[in-house]
Amino acid sequence: MSSNQNILVKLNGAGFSLNNKWLVKGVSLEVEKGKIVTLIGPNGSGKSTTAKIALGIYKKIDGSVEKYTSKVGYVPQKISIDWTLPLRVNDFMVLTESISNDLIDEALSLTGVIHLKDKNLGDLSGGEFQRVLLARAISKKPELLVLDEPVQGVDFTGEIALYELIKKISDELNCGILLISHDLHTVMSATDHVVCLNGHVCCSGSPMDVAKNNEYKALFGEQASQILSRYEHRHDHIHTSEGEIKKN
Amino acid sequence: MLDDFFIRALIAGIGVAIVTGPLGCFVVWRRLSYFGDTLAHSALLGVTLAYSMEFNIAFSVFIISSLIALTLIQLQKRTNLPGDALLGLLAHSSLAIGLVVIGFLSFIRFDIMGLLFGDILAVTVDDLLIIWIGGALILLVLKLIWKPLFASTVNYELAEAEGLNPDRAKAIFTILMAAIIAISIKMVGLLLITGMLIIPAAMARNISSSPQKMVMYSIIGGLLSVILGLFSSLEFNTASGPSIIAASLLLFILSLLNIKQSIKLKN
Repeated sequence: MSSNQNILVKLNGAGFSLNNKWLVKGVSLEVEKGKIVTLIGPNGSGKSTTAKIALGIYKKIDGSVEKYTSKVGYVPQKISIDWTLPLRVNDFMVLTESISNDLIDEALSLTGVIHLKDKNLGDLSGGEFQRVLLARAISKKPELLVLDEPVQGVDFTGEIALYELIKKISDELNCGILLISHDLHTVMSATDHVVCLNGHVCCSGSPMDVAKNNEYKALFGEQASQILSRYEHRHDHIHTSEGEIKKN
Repeated sequence: MLDDFFIRALIAGIGVAIVTGPLGCFVVWRRLSYFGDTLAHSALLGVTLAYSMEFNIAFSVFIISSLIALTLIQLQKRTNLPGDALLGLLAHSSLAIGLVVIGFLSFIRFDIMGLLFGDILAVTVDDLLIIWIGGALILLVLKLIWKPLFASTVNYELAEAEGLNPDRAKAIFTILMAAIIAISIKMVGLLLITGMLIIPAAMARNISSSPQKMVMYSIIGGLLSVILGLFSSLEFNTASGPSIIAASLLLFILSLLNIKQSIKLKN
């Protein structure tokens, strides 16, 4: 396959267990340049674990991970900053890589928090901090972005804007994105490939394929299935067979 | 000039303070004060071995402290005991073994007070060389591992995910801790070394807004403590270690006044 050149990270039957309990098992997926792969699934289904396997944070894993890039940006699901660290937004931006002031300003402007540059990290609100986290991840112009619920705690209008930004980044930088989200509405509009997890891969494919899958319906309910399909109908009507859409 | 014991002590103390400043910040940030204590307690064993085998003290302490640090890392992997219990186990057992060995060394004249609390009379020109060359090496290595170490101090997973190898940085930092204890034991004494690491850094935390500033203030605080402490040690004929630590406590209390002011401003 010619697309092999574009693969940034590839999981082959990857799994991770802690205290003799599998958190996730048998996950195979690949993230390519310029593509957005979204992980969905209920709480505890192994989404964050899968992301951490892809990132190489978990090392004692089942199966294998092939990573073809070292330029990685990561927005973790949970992060707590200790008060013992006097850390301003500006210091946080250069945490893992020294980048120019212009790039810092650009990234902070994109996520709408440039005015917070000299503020102490501990003084930010949850939503503001989330925007800073995203800015930090994109500022170094990574090839692979791993975003674990990147807009949690962000206000409604901000949420939409940030998802648009994520899509834009994927196009402009041609970077691959592994996205974890609960927001089926917004996420699916930009996703190329969906992986539905529930301790294992229960189904995967285009948003449209996944929406039709019975396992997905069993997991998320009929309503969630309609959300996806409705979207596909609006945007993708040329490529899909009308009969299938109407069915939902 | 180096003939004067006080000048030697001053030069030694300044060297120690420059190194404990940045390392102390990491001890505070990473909550390693009990780890520092454990290494310092084990230093007694290093000193006794140095005496019994007529070996250089700083070098012997460095080896023993490093071994204890590596043992700790292994124990953490292999047992389910909590970290503080393991630290206590290692600290007190190595201290006890050190004291038992001292008992066997009754034929050697031993200044135990100087060992525990520091002795400015004991600093030789050789010690100066060890402190300054060793200190320069410690700072150089710290500068090299600064980025992964600091990033993983803020968040381990971010550092690991973005390819910084935090585990290696942590292991190297552990060795640096053993090294700073080895070179500062004569100045401050093994009971008070952790104080020299923590108190100036804690003082600096109260008055700084960024990590770089905290490191800078921590160094300045350490220098002032050493100078103030040594002069009062000379003046009042007190042990050097306690005098230096008392001086750093004074600076810490002063820095609290600064906090009070800024809290008032906020309201």
